[in-house]
Amino acid sequence: MSDTTWDPSKPILEIENLSISFFTRLREIPAVMDFSCTVMPGEAMGLVGESGCGKSTVALAVMRYLGKNGRITGGSIRFKGRDLTNMDDEELRKIRGSEIAMIYQEPMASLNPAMKIGAQLAEVPMIHQGMSKQDAWKLARQIVADVRLPDPDRIINAYPHQLSGGQQQRIVIAMALMSKPALLILDEPTTALDVTVEAGIVDLVKDLGEKYGTSMLFISHNLGLVLDVCDRLCVMYSGEAVETGNVEEVFDKMRHPYTQALFRSIPLPGADKNARPLVAIPGNFPLPHERPKGCNFGPRCDYFIEGRCNAQDVAMVPVPGDDRHETRCLRSTEIDWHAPLAAAKVTEKTEVGRVVLKLDDLKKYYSVSGSAFGGGVGKVVKANETLTFEAREGETLAIVGESGCGKSTFAKVLMGLETATSGQIMLFDENVQNTPIQMRDTGTISKLQMVFQNPFDTLNPSMTVGRQIIRALEIFQYGNSDEERQARMLELLDLVKLPRAFADRMPRQLSGGQKQRVGIARAFAGGAKVVVADEPVSALDVSVQAAVTDLLMDIQRKNKTTLLFISHDLSIVRYLSDRVMVMYLGHVVEMGTTEQVFQPPYHPYTEALLSAVPIADTRVQKQRIVLEGDIPSAVNPPPGCPFQTRCRWKSRVAGGLCESEVPPVRMLEGGHQIKCHLPDDVLASMEPVIKIAAE
Amino acid sequence: MLMFVLRRIGVMILTAIALTFIVFYMTNLPPNLEKLAKSEASVRMDDDAVASWLERNGYGGSVFVRYGEWLGVMPGWTLTDEDGTTRGRCIAEGTDPAAAPTFCGLLQGNWGFSTVFKQPVTEVLARSLGATGWLMLWVMIVMVPSSLLLGVLSGMREGSRTDRVLSTFAITTTATPEYVSGVILIALLASATAGISPILADAGWISGKTLFPGTATSAMDDITFWNFFLPVMTIALYGIGYIARMTRASMTEVMTQQYIRTARLKGVGFRQVVMRHALRNALIAPFTVIMLQFPWLLNGVVIVETLFNYKGFGWTLVQAAGNNDIDTLLACSVVAVFVVLVTQLISDIGYVFLNPRIRLA
Repeated sequence: MSDTTWDPSKPILEIENLSISFFTRLREIPAVMDFSCTVMPGEAMGLVGESGCGKSTVALAVMRYLGKNGRITGGSIRFKGRDLTNMDDEELRKIRGSEIAMIYQEPMASLNPAMKIGAQLAEVPMIHQGMSKQDAWKLARQIVADVRLPDPDRIINAYPHQLSGGQQQRIVIAMALMSKPALLILDEPTTALDVTVEAGIVDLVKDLGEKYGTSMLFISHNLGLVLDVCDRLCVMYSGEAVETGNVEEVFDKMRHPYTQALFRSIPLPGADKNARPLVAIPGNFPLPHERPKGCNFGPRCDYFIEGRCNAQDVAMVPVPGDDRHETRCLRSTEIDWHAPLAAAKVTEKTEVGRVVLKLDDLKKYYSVSGSAFGGGVGKVVKANETLTFEAREGETLAIVGESGCGKSTFAKVLMGLETATSGQIMLFDENVQNTPIQMRDTGTISKLQMVFQNPFDTLNPSMTVGRQIIRALEIFQYGNSDEERQARMLELLDLVKLPRAFADRMPRQLSGGQKQRVGIARAFAGGAKVVVADEPVSALDVSVQAAVTDLLMDIQRKNKTTLLFISHDLSIVRYLSDRVMVMYLGHVVEMGTTEQVFQPPYHPYTEALLSAVPIADTRVQKQRIVLEGDIPSAVNPPPGCPFQTRCRWKSRVAGGLCESEVPPVRMLEGGHQIKCHLPDDVLASMEPVIKIAAE
Repeated sequence: MLMFVLRRIGVMILTAIALTFIVFYMTNLPPNLEKLAKSEASVRMDDDAVASWLERNGYGGSVFVRYGEWLGVMPGWTLTDEDGTTRGRCIAEGTDPAAAPTFCGLLQGNWGFSTVFKQPVTEVLARSLGATGWLMLWVMIVMVPSSLLLGVLSGMREGSRTDRVLSTFAITTTATPEYVSGVILIALLASATAGISPILADAGWISGKTLFPGTATSAMDDITFWNFFLPVMTIALYGIGYIARMTRASMTEVMTQQYIRTARLKGVGFRQVVMRHALRNALIAPFTVIMLQFPWLLNGVVIVETLFNYKGFGWTLVQAAGNNDIDTLLACSVVAVFVVLVTQLISDIGYVFLNPRIRLA
């Protein structure tokens, strides 16, 4: 802008040998070490890594917002040729928001709850360009329309809590675009959103990047998303950049063992729990003050050589033959990168047995009150509509859908935390739909258990791990003496592959993956036959996800457990489930075996869902279907088919049937069920959303 | 909204009945009645005489019946003496018993007669509540703005020097009860022999012997800065510390929210971040606390009014309790219960308007 010394052919952002430390009373904790990267004008740079690897710290360092105890201890950050590391507050304030803008992970938390959207947006040009209030509001309205929000006049006068998560994120994006910044930093912008909403946001970000020529620093843990959005990529591990280069080169010709391990641990199409299982990265992420000498990844690396990899600090070296492709590995030229995966254990598909769980026409309605003080007309939320299915012994049934589709309500009803409005749940030979959990007998409770989403909150922080498992055993009335229960507890720790010494540890001493293992041990303490796993790995890092999923599969094979796997992550569902049930607004819209659901004919919603999932594989070609709008509120569902407001196939159904009638459940061949009005020939003409290009 | 308020009012009435009954029962315990009989009739009465006096003056019978009479839902007692005159709860002396109403309790506006002040209780209460009202008004005017200012200033930069200094002040004042701070203030500012008054007097800067007068009795007729400063400050100091602590906690929490980071990284200056983005969010929590200060102030005035001899509600309560003035004591408790419950209702409703995300059901 006003800077005349900057030449547009030079990098817009140049980070050189940046080191950042946080200072606590005890010690200095290095968060980022020797980090370098350059972003050219108009380029989108991806920063990828697991939680705690320092990617957000880099982003905040560019903004110079490290909090009281964070400090840049070395290196430089040059933005348009000017060094940000030694700017004073006033200069920084002028750059923030006008030339560098940031988009955050949680849109709800990043918007001021007590200010109108318009005021929050208009503030930016008023500060930076001294625009009048009227003009600023006018501009705000226009940008709100630019980020494709319907009815901008209503939205700029609304408060944040009146918008949905996707709309809020669009507002945050609009706020970042208010003064046409040169650099946009996106910190996990879609992590808190549903996949179909995510697809819309990603599309928007890409378009806006092209329209305004904005450079982007895109931070994510999702490799598929990075492939979608970015031109270049930088993989981080434990505070260091380990590999950087063009996205295609890094994806297809990775030259760092960590990058390779990361790709092997995520469920790409083609992975299969029996024939081609995922390979988890062994060991744990090192704590910032306990990093090993030499290569940080050394202790977890398959190619580790004692005395060489841990001898001295490893520097970034260019990969010969590629464009700006660098790796932090001493052995990058020695390793045979194309060697096939070392004989992964192949397991037999488990046989499914008798029916253990049978739902018949289950309904769950809630009534909510209308106005702020509890008066007004009561409304009914139909959280679950006519759920009918059965699950067999040893089977994995996945329940898929976006937030608000009723999958968690179903879990609550099944567990007995809520009772059904009507319909039947048969667990073995017992009707449990009207028995709340406190009325169920110990046998039923121990047979039907749950693994929860967030392992960080589900363990009692003031009880040792062993004690918590023993407590579960006591409740399930297992064993006759404390010794028996103690022995069983140790067996359970073996089962979930935790060292027996962990029995005496407190939950805070465990990592996320280890906590989730404790959660699994607790669920299986009473020999559970049916386990409801509610997003059991979505809070965990990818490398840990593989290990935990693997464990669940293992235990399932051993115990012939029926697993109800609730998830919004279709990649993992495709990897591990036998049958899939897709839910939308309380309705089951499609159900069938995994192959049936992931192949055409699809339900239009399943089709959109599949298309929205980012896949980290350069060979995959996807048909892009972006759903318009938000999920309708369950308080006020659309008439007829619940999906008709967003369906792209609606015009193919004659007579406006979609708007007037809820479609009946149709049986296609092989027990594949679809709740849709589309005629057979249209269903048959559907093309696969995901194609893997020939190698 | 209407349903909520109605339900709350219903609960309030039940609470009020339960509480007043407890107070009624306690003040009507036999020893109290005996004391009453002796002070009203003759100190030298023996036990039989006391019993018959109580019987003749309507204090016989069950406590429930008498509570009902006091409340005005049971017919007032009537007795015909040996000489043929009919006396009763509702029959004023020298009037025709036939013309007297059947019910005469709280609900009919008959709050009883104060034995200490020799006046109807309603008059005593009106006077004392008026006086206390002025005191509370000035306490609020001093306390609310200064405590919010202190809280916001110390909360906006947690751990800074300003924060530590202000927090120390707030903790000190809120840890000092009124009967201590009042005495300290008097010694410091209103004593002819201690504190700063002698120094000022020696220097000739003040005309009287003390900077501030040690009593606030003159404020009953005419409130001035000089006669009202000490009682107001004594009550306000404690509250300032307390509300400032609450505001600070709320402010520090708001300052760590992500939307504050958003605002900072938008390029908003620190002062603007505090004024435009943090303040309204930070004031939601202290609002409830401030509303809950009203009933607590009633309690604070008991000490301060006695200390400064200001004849308000608290002073009246102390006089009534000390002199076994049952009717006045009961009336005071009714007022207290009413104030507590009404402020809570206001606080709940006000909260909904401040924070649009809250729903009452």
